[in-house]
Amino acid sequence: MENKIQLQVSNLKKQFGSETVLDGINLDIHKGEVVVVLGPSGCGKSTLLRCINGLETPTGGTVSVDGIEVTSSNKKITQIRQKIGMVFQSYDLFPHKNIMDNITLAPVKVQKRPRKEVEQDAERLLKRVGLWEKRKAFPRELSGGQKQRVAIVRALCMKPEVMLFDEVTAALDPEMVREVLEVMLELADRGMTMIIVTHEMQFARVVADRIIFLEGGKIQEESSPEEFFTNPKTQRAKDFLQTFTFEKRKTNNI
Amino acid sequence: MQDSGISVLFMGSNFLRLLEGLWVTVRISLISVILSIPLGILFGMFMTLKNPFSKVISRIYLEFIRIMPQLVLLFIAYFGVTRAFGWNLSAELSAVIVFTLWGTAEMGDLVRGALISIPKHQYDSAEALGMTKMQTFVYVVVPQTMRRLIPLTINLTTRMIKTTSLVVLIGITEVLKVGKQIIDANRFDYPTAALWVYGVVFLLYFLACWPISILAKRLEKRWR
Repeated sequence: MENKIQLQVSNLKKQFGSETVLDGINLDIHKGEVVVVLGPSGCGKSTLLRCINGLETPTGGTVSVDGIEVTSSNKKITQIRQKIGMVFQSYDLFPHKNIMDNITLAPVKVQKRPRKEVEQDAERLLKRVGLWEKRKAFPRELSGGQKQRVAIVRALCMKPEVMLFDEVTAALDPEMVREVLEVMLELADRGMTMIIVTHEMQFARVVADRIIFLEGGKIQEESSPEEFFTNPKTQRAKDFLQTFTFEKRKTNNI
Repeated sequence: MQDSGISVLFMGSNFLRLLEGLWVTVRISLISVILSIPLGILFGMFMTLKNPFSKVISRIYLEFIRIMPQLVLLFIAYFGVTRAFGWNLSAELSAVIVFTLWGTAEMGDLVRGALISIPKHQYDSAEALGMTKMQTFVYVVVPQTMRRLIPLTINLTTRMIKTTSLVVLIGITEVLKVGKQIIDANRFDYPTAALWVYGVVFLLYFLACWPISILAKRLEKRWR
């Protein structure tokens, strides 16, 4: 991990009507760092990611990537977004395009890179996630896990500097979760800067350099995964972790 | 040859007259369809604007055209406009205007429906890939909308072809009217002619609509 700050979020605020979703978030992310954002549903995790790549306009505060502020000015935002890849829960590939075209569309049309070069990148990435054979298939012919891996490749093909993952395994069948997480682990190993929102606790523990615990629109706790999972500092984090463990209540002596 | 009504079809220029009638039907409906589709697409996009003013305008237009029976609209265009403004629109022009107004409203609503049926996260993921609003529209939204629209547009087109039979009532002699004239002229000599003539009229309508259905199927398959 280098020491350069790649993404800086300062005093970020977001309100929907009278409801405050993000209430002054401060966050510096270094190059090559993997940050996992945890928290109960509705705590603003997704909104945080959406503000970072400008899908939502913050009510206050700033987000900057490489020192350039993410603003809603149309010209700048599309440039910034090319540095930030985002993968969503609902693996929204474009249903009218085959896998290869899904991946090459944005690099060719947005970045104006030559198709040949983009296709070579796509080939390399598709082989890496084991889906090169599916390049001619349409999204409807793939399983959820395969679609999600393609969505990751599609984002990677833009050569982003930061990747955002918004509960990418939440809509998948359990046996498909692993294949997607493996891809993300490999990305982390290769030094990609990533912000991951997930409910997969074991995965979070392995992949994260740092855990951010978000609740009520505020960062409640920020620590290493070891510390967070074994010895959470705040009561809220304890309660949250408690929801993932079950204790046997039934006794055998009737 | 008392009872062979079929021979009526081949007497004089009867069959040719039926074909001419069909041409009138097809001409009115095709001109209206060709005008309605682009106008309807624009109207549909207009309807999806998040602007209260455009919403009210389009709502009023759509409801007015929907609630009014086409026949009433035809009468307004043909008789009413002449009365009110002294413009002497030909029957065919009035028909084309009415069917275009109707087609635009219906097409617009189909386009609106297709546009809003594109899930929000399609827009999100396109924008997250750095596409501008325009690129998202051109490369992501429009192609998906087109696929959804084809069957609906075909349905509308065939409906328009069939509904043009109303133009008889403002004095246009189209295929159904010609058929009726032929039947009436031969009522006493060939009482069974009606069945044959209407049978042929049915067939002609079918021949007008069928190629359109085939084209639609082709497009649907190719664009799947």
